[in-house]
Formats: sequence, C-alpha cells, structure tokens
Amino acid sequence: MNNNPQLNKHGELQHLLTTEGLPASILLNILDTAESFVGVTERDIKKVPLLRGKSIFNLFFEPSTRTRTTFEIAAKRLSADVVNLNIAASSQSKGETLLDTVDNLSAMHADMFIVRHSQSGAAHLIARHVRPEIHVINAGDGRHAHPTQALLDMFTIRHYKRDFHNLRVAIVGDILHSRVARSQIHALTTLGVPEVRVIAPKTLLPTKVERLGVHVYHDMAQGLKDVDVLLMLRLQNERMLGASLPSSEEYFKYYGLTQEKLALARHDAIVLHPGPMNRGIEIDSAVADGKQSVILPQVTFGIAVRMAVMSILAGN
Amino acid sequence: MHLPDAEQLLADLIGKMRPEVPGNTALVGIYTGGVWLAERLHQDLGLTLPLGTLDVSFYRDDFGQIGLHPQVKPSDIPFEVEGSHIILVDDVLYTGRTIRAAINELFDYGRPASIRLAALIDRGGRELPIAAQYVGATLTLPQHKMLALERSNDGKLSLSLYDKSPPG
Repeated sequence: MNNNPQLNKHGELQHLLTTEGLPASILLNILDTAESFVGVTERDIKKVPLLRGKSIFNLFFEPSTRTRTTFEIAAKRLSADVVNLNIAASSQSKGETLLDTVDNLSAMHADMFIVRHSQSGAAHLIARHVRPEIHVINAGDGRHAHPTQALLDMFTIRHYKRDFHNLRVAIVGDILHSRVARSQIHALTTLGVPEVRVIAPKTLLPTKVERLGVHVYHDMAQGLKDVDVLLMLRLQNERMLGASLPSSEEYFKYYGLTQEKLALARHDAIVLHPGPMNRGIEIDSAVADGKQSVILPQVTFGIAVRMAVMSILAGN
Repeated sequence: MHLPDAEQLLADLIGKMRPEVPGNTALVGIYTGGVWLAERLHQDLGLTLPLGTLDVSFYRDDFGQIGLHPQVKPSDIPFEVEGSHIILVDDVLYTGRTIRAAINELFDYGRPASIRLAALIDRGGRELPIAAQYVGATLTLPQHKMLALERSNDGKLSLSLYDKSPPG
C-alpha cells in the first residue's frame, strides 16, 4: 500500500495531480508512450480508437486557451468524446459548489476530468471525491502544480538532449508564482538531472527554494554559464501591480533573455517557454524565433504527451 | 513437447513465399517477433520497399480489460499504403485479434490494394474469420500454453513454450 493519492493499490497511476513523489519509472513510461503517439499525430488520420466511448470533461475554472485546446485535441485523437466546460461562465457563478458540479458531471457518466483551477489543491479535492473508476488530471492548480506541462518539457528536453544524466538546466523567471516551475523541478530531479538552477530576483523566489534541490542565482551572467537547457517562465503582468518588480523594462534589462545573454549558455543550449510569451519582457523576439528556440515543438509534443497520460490513466 | 526449429520453419516459409511475392510487395512486421521475421524475410526475398513495423497497442480490443501495454513501440510505415500490396508478418497466429488490430491500424495510413498474412506458426484457436496465406507450420497446443519466438544475441530464432500468464 502507499499514501500517494495519485497511485492505485497496484502502484499504477490513477490520477495525475503533480510530478512530486512520482517514481522515475512512471514518468519515463509516460515519455516512452508519448514517443509512439508522436507518429500517430503525423499521419493523415491522426486518430486511434483507444478511448472510443469514453467521456472526458475539460473543467476549466480559470481561463486557458492553449492547455485546454491541446487536451481537447489529445482526447479527440484518442477517439474520446470531449466536453468543454467554461465554469467561470456557468453554474458556479450561480452558486454551485465545486464538488456539486463534479457530482452532476459524474452522474452524466464522466470517465475523466481535466481540471484547471486558481486554487491550489482543487484537482486533489476532486480526485479524493470521485468514484474509483473516474480519473483526474491536474491541468494547473494555483501556484501548486502543472504536471502535464512539466512532462511535455521533459519530453522536449529528452528529444533534443537524449539523456537527463549529464545536463545543467536553468529555470528563469517568476519561480514564486509558478506552478510550472514547481512541477519542472520535481520532474527534473526525479529523472536524474544533476544540476537544476533557478535564476530570479529575490522577490520572485519562494523562501528556502534550495530545499527542492536547486541552486539559486540572482544574476543571469552567472546562472546561465554552461547551461544546456533554459526553461523560461512567463512573467505574469498582474505581478507588476504589486511590489515584486519596479517595471517591466527593468525586468527585461536584468532577466529578459536576449541573444547576448543566451550566448553565455552552451552553444547548443535549447530554450523552452510554456507560453503564452511576453515578448520584450521575459524573452526577446530574436531568441523566441531563433534557432535555439524549441517553443513550437513543445506545443506539438504536448499533444502526444497528453495522449499518453490519458491513455495510461484510462487503462489503469 | 518437441517444438520445431524456428530457423528451419523460416527457411520453409521463405521457400513458399519466394515464387509468389513480387519485389514491389510491402512487408509489415508486428512487434516483437513479427518484426524479427519480417527483417529476415525482407532481406531474403529481396524486397525494394522499406520495411514497415506495427505496434498494435493503440488498436487492441482488450484495452478495457488490461489497459495499455507498458512498452509500446512506435509504429513506422515508411511507404505509401494507398494502393500498395502488403504482407503482414507475425510469429504466432492464434485468436486473430492481433491481426484484426493490425489491419485496422494499416487502414489509418491509407487504403491498401491488398493485405495478406504470413505467420511462422498457426496454432489454431481462431476467434475471428482470419486466415494466413503463408504459414511455416501448424501446431496444436493446449489452451493454457503460450508459444513465443525468441532471438539470441547472434540473431538466431527459436521457439519456447510457456504456461500462459497475460492474454496474448
């Protein structure tokens, strides 16, 4: 038996809520399965019959275009029926509780929920509540976790760098508010990346972030030296209103990724970004569109990775 | 129980196929044993189209019972399926369910002109109306036994019999 709410009694993945605490074998199985789905997404008929007859509900309590769309495409390519619920504009605004919404959809014979919510722990709450035959995927909860984004980043890194065991990876930007960064750090360390760095001003770093096993840098010139992979984070504009940062111009000057700063990393370093990008704030257009950028392949691989996660969950 | 020699069966199979298989035939091996056989057939029959491989995990009819196979290999069909003459290759033909899945997968790449089937062993026990055009040998085996093709480090093929655990 185990205490991980993501695993069933056989130690198989029941829900995907966070990359934290998942063994490397499960992460690698997702990446390996996704390799097979990449071929499917390149055919004329980009569809397999695996999840035919299954009903998947996209429960988005927070706006998202890319993540919701890629989950929807992934589910459709597995032949599942997908229903998108934009909850912000529906019954929750009439006062229904989260779990009442879930109960009602379960009564419609849902097989899987994909949950995006501004509150950390929302997907966990739903996972604990639903019947055992229903699977839950966390598509981002508050500042906590965004496991499929981290997994598609791992897939992209492995695609270009082949092996995790000799890499220096730097995560750059607003670590403090980023669920993506947390999920990336857990995945990178579990998969055996020997050196994970975070580069950010003090105001955008969680306290005691070193406890996660990362090296902390406040200076891009030092932090990017000899780095193989740069994981850029979106600087959420709304943070500018608080006291975290004086101005976006000043942020760009010190932490925006320009060609000059990228030249400090290894010559074959790759640049990732989870999107949506703020050009001219955390990343310069010349880098975003440059030859070291793998930002658009990330989006393509994201579909294969989400197909892998859904089909593994549905089979367990 | 005495099992036939896989290398001898493969030689017999090549002998049967050679007069009937033109050089523009496409060969598709089904993972894992079928791919080993297809590699040898492809070479010995002197076929010109590149060899295809299929992992039928995404098309199996027992996903609802046993879930996704833990080690799915990428399928690779490096020729134009539309209008092609294809021979599927598998090691052991049994229920016919793997072949059903393979045919469905091939049709998602295009509409072939024809599909035939070659198997090293036909052990009977069909649950679907599927037959092989080329067979190395037919064998009658107890239902609880699983017959598997194996390949040694030097590439030599052999057959082994196991007590059945997972449904094949």
